[in-house]
Amino acid sequence: MSDKNIKVRGIATLVIVAIALFFLIPSVTQKLPSVWKDHTDKIHLGLDLQGGMHLVMEVETEKAVESAMERISNDLKETLMEERVRFKHLDREGGAVVTLELPDKESRTRFEKILKNNFPNLDIKSSETTNGIEKVYLKIKDKQVASIEEFALEQSLETIRNRVDEFGVSEPEIIPQGKDRILIQLPGIKDPQRAINLIGKTALLEFKMLDEEHSVDEALRGDVPSGDIIAYGYKVGSETGQRTKIPYLLKRKTLLTGESLEDARVSISNRFGESYVSLKFDSQGARDFERITAQNVKKRLAIVLDGVVHSAPVIQERISGGNAQITGNFTMDEAHDLAIVLRAGALPAPVRILEQRTVGPSLGQDSIDKGILSIIVGSILVILFMVMYYNLSGIVADIALSLNIILILGALAAFKATLTLPGIAGIVLTIGMAVDANVLIFERIREELRLGKSPRAAIAGGFSKALLTIVDANVTTLIAALVLFQFGTGPIKGFAVTLSIGIICSMFTAIFVTRIIYDYFVWDRNIKRVSI
Amino acid sequence: MEIIRPGINIDLIGKMKIAAAASLLVVIISILSLILHGGPNLGIDFAGGTLVQIKFSQETSADRIRDSLKTIDLGNSVIQRFGYHDNNEFLIKTEKSSSALKGLSNKIEEALNSSYSNGDFEIRRVEVVGPKVGKDLREKGMLAMLYAVIGILIYVTWRFELRYAVGAVIALLHDVLITVGIFSLLGKEFTLPIIAALLTIIGYSLNDTIVVFDRIRENIKGTRKQPLKDIVNSSINQVMSRTVLTSFTTLLVVLALFIFGGAVIHDFAFALLIGVLIGTYSSIFIASPTILVWESVSPSKEKRGK
Repeated sequence: MSDKNIKVRGIATLVIVAIALFFLIPSVTQKLPSVWKDHTDKIHLGLDLQGGMHLVMEVETEKAVESAMERISNDLKETLMEERVRFKHLDREGGAVVTLELPDKESRTRFEKILKNNFPNLDIKSSETTNGIEKVYLKIKDKQVASIEEFALEQSLETIRNRVDEFGVSEPEIIPQGKDRILIQLPGIKDPQRAINLIGKTALLEFKMLDEEHSVDEALRGDVPSGDIIAYGYKVGSETGQRTKIPYLLKRKTLLTGESLEDARVSISNRFGESYVSLKFDSQGARDFERITAQNVKKRLAIVLDGVVHSAPVIQERISGGNAQITGNFTMDEAHDLAIVLRAGALPAPVRILEQRTVGPSLGQDSIDKGILSIIVGSILVILFMVMYYNLSGIVADIALSLNIILILGALAAFKATLTLPGIAGIVLTIGMAVDANVLIFERIREELRLGKSPRAAIAGGFSKALLTIVDANVTTLIAALVLFQFGTGPIKGFAVTLSIGIICSMFTAIFVTRIIYDYFVWDRNIKRVSI
Repeated sequence: MEIIRPGINIDLIGKMKIAAAASLLVVIISILSLILHGGPNLGIDFAGGTLVQIKFSQETSADRIRDSLKTIDLGNSVIQRFGYHDNNEFLIKTEKSSSALKGLSNKIEEALNSSYSNGDFEIRRVEVVGPKVGKDLREKGMLAMLYAVIGILIYVTWRFELRYAVGAVIALLHDVLITVGIFSLLGKEFTLPIIAALLTIIGYSLNDTIVVFDRIRENIKGTRKQPLKDIVNSSINQVMSRTVLTSFTTLLVVLALFIFGGAVIHDFAFALLIGVLIGTYSSIFIASPTILVWESVSPSKEKRGK
């Protein structure tokens, strides 16, 4: 190998190290020219190091299918009535199945025709005939169900993104997972519970009329008039502070939903200093609201949020202009968050928390400090040992080791990988294992020297014989690390990442870089003895 | 400096039977412990549940914490000291993860406020894992192990031969089983990081094994007269120095992690510690002898001296 070759390899190494430093230095100090800072990122810390919340939510997509079925069955009922098809007991029977009874052949034929022409998304699941009356079970077509579920996930994702954005979290991560899950990472969040409430609220706002012709008490005894539902509201006693549950009898039909909103803001009432949320409808919503209020003057309109009646004021007169308000005993924060969720829109289906992990900032800092301490202690021990055991060659290995750490950290910053606590453990482990490649090479060189070879031949032999072993041994660890990457979530992924990067960097430094140093001494300086 | 003298030639293969018996014994103890404990002691990552880590500014006791948690029906939770004694940190664990526990950390905060003054404690970590996720992670963890083993089997078969791959896999299963067994015996919990540690042990154990295999392969090419048994034995001896050195440097750093890394990764470092020791042992006493056993059952076509 020629002298020139050493220079080329040396320069290549310097360039690589310079690039690593370019990406790494911004993580160490802030005092840099802005050109530099603008093009690089600090090493991204995982939630377990910087503190924050990790959430996995499940979108109950089957509920979205159910509510789609609810809408379709209402349409079906209206169409059948318009077409004067005879039918009885059209009901949604738990879940997304609708049943109805057809008294004779003729209505069955006409029903099927309507189904085919107007409701292409419905399938007859089964039917049974008793005493000449046919009971038909309807369901939504599988393909349509799949697309409703898919849409529900997409829409939930979008809605949650909007809510989180408005809540003001820096660098949130909100990504779908599988068919019905959403992974949410909120770094540095101060009040986890409030964030959960904000994200997890369905926020389905509905306007329904009260049924004032029937008695609530009778309905509560089990005699709910058809087309009605019972919903509850809460009243907080102004003096006692006790919450009492108040039942309402509502018309099932929803007149208007939160979808028609253009804006929602927090306001404070002049009289009592109470917080409330003022709503503004979009133009269609405003027209609908005006029509509804005009038709129902002196009747009570219930404002229902997620099934809970917030208020049921009497409509005094037709309301034009499209403004309304939700009152209730809100704290300022509650009103503020309610306004956010109403602005961002309702979730198409309820969500459930499957997994929640919150790490406080002080624990994160603790972990960072302890992780760094472990790295330092581990490195010093290994560095000292290598010098003791291999003398000058040990120093060569130590140089490689130091470069290795710089490269790992540089790579983490450059690839925007996330450093986690297990990730730090991965770096520590790599330090121990990185010298392995050099140990393999050095032991080989020693063997060759014992056979009486010249330093030049011993070094060449040592490197070439150890090379394949090193690659084979590292590839297997790499396989384990890659599997881990596939399997892992958050912190574990961080471990897989640093371990993989560490393995690759260590092969480079231990094989390529140390070889340059040896070649320089053997070819340029023509040394006669290897200190190993 | 030299720890292992060159030219060392211990009759390791001669001690194969003793080693096999010892390993078998430990493996049986591990399996028995797992059976007696009804499987591994799963942490909330896999079993589902809630974990809360609290740091107190002053000395307190688990009983006092338990008393204050009785008001919110968490008196039956597991409450244990976390990390070093003077850290005053505690873990509260409960199997519950239902929505009834929504806002659990707020509730705990309120409950503790009744017997500690505000500011005397800090909730540092809350983890809630639903049963569904726990089940998912359990399955994923098992699959990850399986895929890692299959991937390694394929790679080693490709680079060496099937009998080497089988030796390697037996060795790493041995390592994982014993590590799991020791965890079970000590009543330590299985969490996500422990799975990561086990996969790392798999990788590490292999690393050692491959180095030995590589030397065996090289020596087989070089000589045709020697019995395989002698080749295996001398190969292990030739790389002994490296095996000991690498294990030593790795142990150094894992010890650093174990001692200084903090309570959160204490068990993780502990698993690695066991893994490094057993991995080194198994690459010498389990992986290579398997090749010999394989050879005696189905001899390879190459003729070599007896």
